[in-house]
Amino acid sequence: MKKFSKIYTALIILFMYVPILTLILFSFNDGKTTVWKGFTLRWYADLFKDSQIISSLWNTLLIALLASLFATVLGTMAAIGINNFKGKKKILLQNAGNIEILTPDIVTGVALMLMFTLLGTALHFKMGFITVLLAHITFCTPYVVLNVLPRIRHMDYAVYEAALDLGCNQWQAFRKVVIHELMPGMFSGFLMSFTFSMDDFVITYFTRGSSFQTLSIQIYSMTHQRISPKINALSALMFVAVLILMIIINIKDKNQEKRKV
Amino acid sequence: MAEAKNDIIVSLRDIFVEFEGEVILNHINLDIRDKEFLTILGPSGCGKTTTLRIIGGFLEPKEGTVNFEGKKINGLPPYKRNVNTVFQKYSLFPHLNVFENIAFGMRIKKLPKNEIKKRVKEMLSIVDLKGYEKRSVSKLSGGQQQRVAIARALVCDPKVLLLDEPLGALDLKLRKNMQWELKQIQQKTDTAFVYVTHDQEEALTMSDTVVVMNNGVIEQIGTPADVYNEPVNAFVADFIGEANIINGTMIDDCRVRILGEELECVDKGFGQNTPVDIVIRPEDIEVVKPEEAKLKGEVTEVVFKGVHYEMTVMCKGCEWIIHSTKCEPVGTTIGMKVIPFNIQIMNKMFLAEKNTFYADVISSDKENNTITVKVEDCEFEIENRYFEEGTRLEISLPPSALSIAGDGVGHIDDVYIESVIFKGEHNEIILESDEQKWLMQSYVDEQVATYVPLKFDFTKAEFKIAEGKNET
Repeated sequence: MKKFSKIYTALIILFMYVPILTLILFSFNDGKTTVWKGFTLRWYADLFKDSQIISSLWNTLLIALLASLFATVLGTMAAIGINNFKGKKKILLQNAGNIEILTPDIVTGVALMLMFTLLGTALHFKMGFITVLLAHITFCTPYVVLNVLPRIRHMDYAVYEAALDLGCNQWQAFRKVVIHELMPGMFSGFLMSFTFSMDDFVITYFTRGSSFQTLSIQIYSMTHQRISPKINALSALMFVAVLILMIIINIKDKNQEKRKV
Repeated sequence: MAEAKNDIIVSLRDIFVEFEGEVILNHINLDIRDKEFLTILGPSGCGKTTTLRIIGGFLEPKEGTVNFEGKKINGLPPYKRNVNTVFQKYSLFPHLNVFENIAFGMRIKKLPKNEIKKRVKEMLSIVDLKGYEKRSVSKLSGGQQQRVAIARALVCDPKVLLLDEPLGALDLKLRKNMQWELKQIQQKTDTAFVYVTHDQEEALTMSDTVVVMNNGVIEQIGTPADVYNEPVNAFVADFIGEANIINGTMIDDCRVRILGEELECVDKGFGQNTPVDIVIRPEDIEVVKPEEAKLKGEVTEVVFKGVHYEMTVMCKGCEWIIHSTKCEPVGTTIGMKVIPFNIQIMNKMFLAEKNTFYADVISSDKENNTITVKVEDCEFEIENRYFEEGTRLEISLPPSALSIAGDGVGHIDDVYIESVIFKGEHNEIILESDEQKWLMQSYVDEQVATYVPLKFDFTKAEFKIAEGKNET
């Protein structure tokens, strides 16, 4: 029975990761088809020579960084606000955030596109970097709320009162004490936002306008032409990047648990 | 006298606090003097922590004034008050070490670094934590965390230090130690301490002044000896120390009747033939030969307590607790002698022989001989009575006709239990509904400060048609 469960688990994991492993494997394939022709790092080298891809990479990272920073600030403020509400209003506000998470990306994307187009005509701007950034902040913020809210709920409120008692005004008490209590939640929220932002294709696709490129958009447009193994290399790199972020989040969580014990 | 007035630091005047329709503090007055150790003592839910939060500035009273050194400080935020608090769960800042926790207040005030260092050091030696500067607060034991919390508050040099059940989370032995240490710290720093606790022993051992609270009111303020020896009512007597509390009648000045026997006492001014509560401390009863005392009883239980024996004696259906160094075996008849000075007479908390209330007959059924009445928005049926619809009835019930019912079968719902006092053979329970207080006799130990459904036994009731009917 034990053996069976082990095999079963292994099968499931295999099932989940075989496609990605294949992709990573073929990113090292010295040939343009799916026939193995020997090991090479050519595609990785090519990748970094491609100025278009590099600029997309920077765009992606910049958007991810800015969006998760803004989302962290906004989300933390929102979480504090939500926590101060009581009863039905609190539940309502919390769910308003959760619905945003559950809404299909395509709906969010189309909705944002519609709004930006309308606003764009009214205020004379075109979709591009700013609209993508705003869109990413929009869908990242609920994740921060989701991470910060439990921290607030479990925070000893008296710690805040103790700070007031020792001479802090409300803002100082927040800055010097409360924020330290919320930091782990904010950090997880930030990392999650960063990952999701980097990951996103659908919402970016609808809000990027005509010229702004991110990695996922780039890969998509590359598949339109001829499938280049560069895509494999790029995708492999993105996967590894996300994997590293996830590992960081997990280690962070584990350390926190240890500290609590 | 003039000087006595000057040393008041904090004075609360007519403080009223209400939360969601429930009265938490009912117009209380309290003075805190310089350098005194004042303890606010009471059961949970009596409003003691609320009082502390009002002084600390964390809560605004709905009515009343808070004065600090003669100036009104209502609305002043905590950080502008020269008062510091030690919180129930210490609430140290987990991201800072011991030194930084204590230095926190001074850093906010931007004191020079040398001074901060010097004062933290001083404080650490006062709370007996020398050499702990660099430790992380989460690695400290409960007692040590507590001392850091005290140091952190005291280093700000407050006029008054507020302590909210600071020893509650510690185990018994540590608590005893900390009690002594707290008193030492208070004397070393010459600061007024306002200490909130529900532990009467803590209150008696540490305080200069004890404030006994119950149900949002201050029952008594006095020295520990005062509240122990001269409790103002049965609640205080019951809450502080062990006590025999019994019903009695004050025949005249210095003459009281207890269980049918007339005894001499020293209290005056209760009038004639007034029902009173009497408290006699277990250690004030002298065990003598049966013929040497008016009150006699049979020993039913003896427990050895180390310093003394605790004997339970049945005297005319009443249970008495006696503490004595001499042991009388179970079954012996003994005499219980109490010198007049040790018989403490108290006014009854709620003087009523019977519970009288009004009920409106809203429908009546002659065939089945029942009526439906309405009392305080609650409707119920009374069997074997007939009055015409629309009559206003005056019903009176003896305390023994009241009982606490299970959910859904009570006549009046959500009645608040204000006090439960064991009177030798039964519990005397004072209840409060929306419109009136009720006196109940019960053999069950009920939980104070809870809401229960109240049930009446109408077979023991007296019915009268009220004059001036149909007020509704």
